[in-house]
Amino acid sequence: MKHLLGMRFLEREEIEAILDQAEAFKEILERPIKKVPTLRGKSVANLFFEPSTRTKLSFEMAAKRLSADTVGISKTTSSVVKGEDLIDTVKNIKAMKTDCFVIRHASSGAPHMIARHLDCPVINAGDGTNEHPTQALLDCLTIKERFGDFKGLNVVVVGDILHSRVARSDLMALTKLGATCSVSGPATMLPPYVEEVLGAKRIYDIKEAVREADCIICLRIQRERLGDLPLFPSVREYASFFGIFPEVLEYAPPESVIMHPGPINRGVELDPGLADSDRSLILDQVTNGVAVRMAVLVMLLAQNN
Amino acid sequence: MLDILFKNCTIIDPFNRVETKADLLIEGGRITGLERDITPRDGIKTINLQGRWVVPGLVDIHTHLREPGEEYKETILTGLKSAVAGGFTTVCAMPNTRPPNDSASVTRFIIGRARECNLGRVLPVATITKAQKGTELTEFGDLLSAGAVAFSDDGLPVKNSRIMRLALEYALNFDALIISHSEDLELARHGVMNEGRMSTTLGLMGIPNAAEDIQVYRDVRLAETTGARLHIAHVSTKEAVEIIRSAKRRGVRVTCETAPHYFSLTEEAVEGYNTLAKMNPPLRTEEDREAIIEGLRDGTIDCIATDHAPHSTLEKECEFEKAANGIIGLETAVPLGLRLVKKGVLSPMQLVELMTVGPCKVIGLEKGGVRPGELADLTVIDPECAFHVTPQNLCSKSHNSPFLGETLEGRAVITLFEGRCVFDLHGMVS
Repeated sequence: MKHLLGMRFLEREEIEAILDQAEAFKEILERPIKKVPTLRGKSVANLFFEPSTRTKLSFEMAAKRLSADTVGISKTTSSVVKGEDLIDTVKNIKAMKTDCFVIRHASSGAPHMIARHLDCPVINAGDGTNEHPTQALLDCLTIKERFGDFKGLNVVVVGDILHSRVARSDLMALTKLGATCSVSGPATMLPPYVEEVLGAKRIYDIKEAVREADCIICLRIQRERLGDLPLFPSVREYASFFGIFPEVLEYAPPESVIMHPGPINRGVELDPGLADSDRSLILDQVTNGVAVRMAVLVMLLAQNN
Repeated sequence: MLDILFKNCTIIDPFNRVETKADLLIEGGRITGLERDITPRDGIKTINLQGRWVVPGLVDIHTHLREPGEEYKETILTGLKSAVAGGFTTVCAMPNTRPPNDSASVTRFIIGRARECNLGRVLPVATITKAQKGTELTEFGDLLSAGAVAFSDDGLPVKNSRIMRLALEYALNFDALIISHSEDLELARHGVMNEGRMSTTLGLMGIPNAAEDIQVYRDVRLAETTGARLHIAHVSTKEAVEIIRSAKRRGVRVTCETAPHYFSLTEEAVEGYNTLAKMNPPLRTEEDREAIIEGLRDGTIDCIATDHAPHSTLEKECEFEKAANGIIGLETAVPLGLRLVKKGVLSPMQLVELMTVGPCKVIGLEKGGVRPGELADLTVIDPECAFHVTPQNLCSKSHNSPFLGETLEGRAVITLFEGRCVFDLHGMVS
């Protein structure tokens, strides 16, 4: 593995190796002194060309736990606002002897393009409507901790699958690991060929979609991605037909769990109470985010030595 | 003026329905002999063209020359150099320049510049509406008098069906040709590639076939209503081919073209966010590609046009979503067409027809072909010549080709225009 651009390019064994490594790192996060010298002297550039709170912090935390130095830019503070070319920007930062790039960008494929121009590891921290591989890895780790195995596991992803890089990475990762996946939500938000390409069955009725689900992944309704035209009539209608509320959960197996990549629109895609209930794994996801990002950084940078 | 004897040529001339092996004598730039065995007179340069085709100079009715306004991408001079290197002696210049060709002064400028370049014929296409805004018709009569050969709003298709109807109706007064880039802009909005398996694989927003089909049907139906002449540009979907096939059967005055990339590539070429495979209409699926080839075979598609669209690295070496649409095509059209001949899908005569008689009929251009008395306007094609597509080997000012780095088979090696040699790859003539 030279870069982490997407789950699409990872083999099952590679995903498992990252999860194993992440599990080992979780122990460090429980120590009183949460730091190891593994990446001392390495520098990681976090380039977030699109707003992010948790992913950016999580990557920064992961790098610091490993004693790497981090620098970062975000869209508003960088010269991207002056119209600087993306390739120029990263080449300049590379010239400062950066060892690894973490890229969040609004355009699908932007990290792939950067990777082609740089001879150091590039980690995709979310590109447009394409992939968010570390989110998928942390979701997989969370599911693995809870259920132990992916074989025979049913996962349903609910919401705007068309525009969600989380959904795409999750589905690719989970199917590779052996889970059975389906998607549900307004049909206006389900991509074409979703079954063929992403291995997920479409189920239009949310109650039917959760019936067999061990794990329900809710997606944030991303109003900023809908552009000029709403893809569903109203937030109210979305909540009542596609939101995960106690009435819907009655149709799901009692031991099923709820996940969400955050940030949550409470009361829209997810019931406010359920988000904080013992069926919710949302905060475990966040903790695991740091661990999988540590694993990814070590695996890419150690290999590069 | 050129004096030369081409020996052992394979003459393929769809204008005169001739396909034969012969010698061709050119004296004072004019064809003076076309016979089995011409004995060279003293001092005349003789070239053995065994295995090579001599065809009428090719015609491309869809070229973006970028001048005026975007000379950093292409100029009329570099565009013509690219054209003759690809075997084309006539190109129709699309009007989406800056300013757009919506007035006689721009039309006259393009013709004047082309004359100065003196490499090939440039026939300007003017816009249908002022500034391609889709609201007011341009002065068709004035533009035609200045030398425009057709009208098209190109990449900004006329959205308002009533304006499109008016354009077709008004064109009747001049028997003018309306060319349509048929696309429902609302359906295509936000899309950056074909909607299908690949767009889902790559997480890119798609443009459905329906965006093209719906507008093709609208335009065909309006041509039927008005009785005007309509030409559909760069057909890319199987449904559009079918709509046009059935319209032709009904007697609608519709013609259409496709570009070499639509019969050579599919959406798979976008893999890796390859901006060199980004164009509009987008590369479609294998099913569409096969339907395009069938359309070429059965005559539904009248001609091959390149949609030569030069862009600099500034517009292509960037994020996929930001990248400009379009690829250059003048120099690769012949080798890509030859692939269809080598696969046995088209006969040599059919291919040459699609690049000469076909486009001439669409725009109403009279050409004489390969016959004694004509000024030499000819292309020599070597079907076996290896063509390594690199920036150094391309004559266009831009190099945005998805075939970059590939070695294609066959290309134009000599191009003669108005009795002069304007391209000579191996220096055989001069």
